[in-house]
Amino acid sequence: MNRIVDHPILGPLSEAEVVHIIVDGVPFTARKGEMIASALIANGKSTFRKTVKRNEPRGIYCGIGRCTDCVMTVNGIPNVRTCVTAVEEGMVIETQMGSGEWQ
Amino acid sequence: MNQIKREIVVIGSGPAGLCAAIEAARSGAQVLLIDENAKPGGQLFKQIHKFFGSADHRAGVRGLDIGEALLKDAEELKIEVWLNSEACGIFDSTNVWVVRDKQHSITVQAQRIIIATGAVENSINFPGWTLPGVMGAGAAQTMINVNRVLPGHRFLMVGSGNVGVIVSYQLLQAGAAVVAIVEAAPTLGGYGVHTAKVRRAGVPFYTSHTVKEAHGNGHVERATLVRLDEKWKEVAGSEFEVEVDTICIATGLTPAVELAFGSGCMAVNSPALGGLVPVHDETMRSSNTAIYVAGDVSGVEEASTAMEEGRIAGLCAAHSLGYLGQGAYEARLGVLTRNVNALRSGMFGQKRREAKEYIVSSYGAHR
Amino acid sequence: MSSTESREKRLKVDGAVQISELHQTAEYILPDERFTKPVAVIECIESIPCNPCETACPVNAIVIGDDITTLPKIDPTICTGCALCVAACPGLAIYLKQQHWGPSLSYIAFPYEYLPLPQKGAEVTMANRWGEAVCSGTVIKVIKSSRFDRTAIIHASYDSAFYEEVVTMVRL
Repeated sequence: MNRIVDHPILGPLSEAEVVHIIVDGVPFTARKGEMIASALIANGKSTFRKTVKRNEPRGIYCGIGRCTDCVMTVNGIPNVRTCVTAVEEGMVIETQMGSGEWQ
Repeated sequence: MNQIKREIVVIGSGPAGLCAAIEAARSGAQVLLIDENAKPGGQLFKQIHKFFGSADHRAGVRGLDIGEALLKDAEELKIEVWLNSEACGIFDSTNVWVVRDKQHSITVQAQRIIIATGAVENSINFPGWTLPGVMGAGAAQTMINVNRVLPGHRFLMVGSGNVGVIVSYQLLQAGAAVVAIVEAAPTLGGYGVHTAKVRRAGVPFYTSHTVKEAHGNGHVERATLVRLDEKWKEVAGSEFEVEVDTICIATGLTPAVELAFGSGCMAVNSPALGGLVPVHDETMRSSNTAIYVAGDVSGVEEASTAMEEGRIAGLCAAHSLGYLGQGAYEARLGVLTRNVNALRSGMFGQKRREAKEYIVSSYGAHR
Repeated sequence: MSSTESREKRLKVDGAVQISELHQTAEYILPDERFTKPVAVIECIESIPCNPCETACPVNAIVIGDDITTLPKIDPTICTGCALCVAACPGLAIYLKQQHWGPSLSYIAFPYEYLPLPQKGAEVTMANRWGEAVCSGTVIKVIKSSRFDRTAIIHASYDSAFYEEVVTMVRL
């Protein structure tokens, strides 16, 4: 886990409601209210999609919803910006291949 | 079409937008504050360090605490805030098209609009720059300070301006290692007190160096650094590798001007402040007299300046609608102008001050 | 690289200020052996718009004035060593020092914003402006006060032979 559990300025990580998500078929736990990208990084996943032509891996880049490098297929909807989309209970998230497909 | 009316619509709830909304509401105007994010505050809540400036700028207070105080002000003033609301365009000068919760379309007929959309981090490209593990310094800062996750454990920082050194310091505070900070220029960009903080924590600086390549199988594993000569050309044979799993890019910001320019605001080029910005006068009014701009979108500086500019825009937009008597308006504008000028003084402020003066002096030509 | 000469005017290259650079600034005042208690030392040598140290000082020992880019100047004979400026400085550029605190021991109180914090009585490694280990030190106390707003202040003693060189400790 890559959680920062204690911090000199921000203090200990507060308790948060656990949200369950499925990422490429694997169950992950996340904190309620956090962004999908954050939950994936906490669980050690850094490749969010593969590019259209060269099948190259991509992950987060800007973190503020601008660059669209972190898009994934979420609940069957492709090209969801994971850095600005919060996790929800039961969310199904998939590494997006190319430009993705509506499911 | 769903349509409503508001006196002043502020777009973006970062430091500039929040302060603009607060100042306008205090002046008596009816304000609607719009932000595309789920939480207000923009990038203020990832600023966990104590701010510079004077007591007028809340110096010595951490950015996130300034953010909390501003939200409290906004709440006390009962400012209407729409979150998860994207301002998609401005039409017929003052109609703001907003999509709420990615579902509902609504047009807000405003009498004045204040655009405070901030800025976007610049990138530099090099072989391997698309690998997962290469990210904006601001993105890493959001991850560690807002989301409380470490996107890596051994970092390379590219760029030694205040963003590069502050984020490096905060990465250390979050428990990561910063292996090196590289700076293409022959001298470091950030405040000496910031560079000193990370240097005495043992982080080495490499001036006249840049990242030549990122290596890794599916994720950054190493980076090649290279020295640059006086003409900023790579010195052959000077390459060396560092073992890092994350590369942060802190090579400046570009104003997020899409909405402003899409609405017809005239542009002026200000290389010192990030490139093309909406031309504006000293009241932050754009070439469209119903639209004001504030903060990084009007020229990239820092959060304290953005807050002062926001207050000026809020005050002046409200005054242009008839709020506040002339005396009260002039007195307040005088205070705010002094505050913003104080932040543009000294060895680091001179260039920004001159750039702002140029933008303001260009205003007449664009009207 | 480690010789003093090669580090002349290196703040904008190495990131850390040279002792010789400090000596060229009138505002850097290191208390000498006559001081009987630790007082504030300010390493702020660039004109940045900032004055919380002046505002924080309850006895007006630090002066900046109306132009907030003026370098802060301290009168160490007025300073009470309360450390409010140490915590208030956004640049973490202020510490307290006393040259002769004990036999061959100097005293420092420096700001520290990392975890874990050292324990009182712990042996730590003192460091210079480049983060290099200089000598061992003993933690006298660790102050966390709401008045310091989450900046801890570590008080430690160390070999007075390194009085000026030491500015912090190696992180734990």
